Amino acid sequence: MHEWALAEAVISTVSQITEKEQLKEVLEVKIKVGELQQIELDILEFALSQLKTPKLKNVKFNIQTAKAELKCRYCGHKWIFRKEKMNEEIAEAIHFVPEIAHAYVKCPKCGSPDFEILEGRGIWLESIKGAK
Amino acid sequence: MKGVNNVVAVSSGKGGVGKSLIASTLAVILARKGYKVGLFDLDFTSPSTHVILGAEGLQPKEEKGIIPPEVHGIKYMSIVYYSGEHAVPLRGADISNALIELFAITRWNTLDFLIIDMPPGISDATLDIIRFVKKVKFLVVTTPSQLAFETVRKLLDLLSELGINVVGVVENMKMKESQFIKQQVEGRGITFWGETPFDIMVEEAIGNVKKLLTTEFGSILEELVAKNLK
Repeated sequence: MHEWALAEAVISTVSQITEKEQLKEVLEVKIKVGELQQIELDILEFALSQLKTPKLKNVKFNIQTAKAELKCRYCGHKWIFRKEKMNEEIAEAIHFVPEIAHAYVKCPKCGSPDFEILEGRGIWLESIKGAK
Repeated sequence: MKGVNNVVAVSSGKGGVGKSLIASTLAVILARKGYKVGLFDLDFTSPSTHVILGAEGLQPKEEKGIIPPEVHGIKYMSIVYYSGEHAVPLRGADISNALIELFAITRWNTLDFLIIDMPPGISDATLDIIRFVKKVKFLVVTTPSQLAFETVRKLLDLLSELGINVVGVVENMKMKESQFIKQQVEGRGITFWGETPFDIMVEEAIGNVKKLLTTEFGSILEELVAKNLK
């Protein structure tokens, strides 16, 4: 249920931006969710709906997923992270802290744990639409 | 972090000076005094507080985030819950991301003190703590060695330049009489907490908190805490 904490972080960031941009109301929030963290989208959506502040009363949360693309820093090989290849315990550890992938995932070509996450790590705000 | 009254980052410019030992023992001492205490091991690539505390078989509870399990009356959080026996090779940006993630999902609820065991140096974790935890105070650890203090003094000067509160400096592994560190620290207008000895009994007390508190190191640190941390 750590989706609740992530939803809280999203709402808190949206609220900060709302204040900064002096928005009266937020109409749409586009959220990207990377597959590395394996976030449960229905729980996230439910948590977001429950945590709405008054300025978010009519907001539409547009949630999209992004594949987790990894690139080996040692040999340059790029690959897509697949949860299906993980055992459940490891998948859960990566769910909580995506960087834990460096303890378990190796480059399929050269075996190095020194890779970068090009896209699809966690959760990020793509855009916010609102009325002033 | 709203319910956390004091955040104390146990830090040093240098590795191997006893930060983890002092952070863990400090947390136990405060918990025994009846304070609500949390301990967060931020040394992601080389965590060791779980070994000092003898914390085995613990797992955090999931409840709208992560609730740290309790050990010796301390709410205890460490990356080892997720990495186990595996090495976690992380670069700077990964350390920052993991730190932000764990701060975002860990629910400390109310605490009198959150003690953070910092990794050595003035790199990502130190800069992130300064950036994100506005109420952080630093307890800086050094040894009597000029080699340790060469980098510790840079940390102290940096913190002072940034206007960060340094609650004091502990001189750990003291072996013979010398005023060098005390003078250097006090000369900067920073509180010198005092000296904890190089105590050969500490190694035998690793993993046994009760024994650790009865060592000369443990009892002197307890006196320093009573005198300096209010």
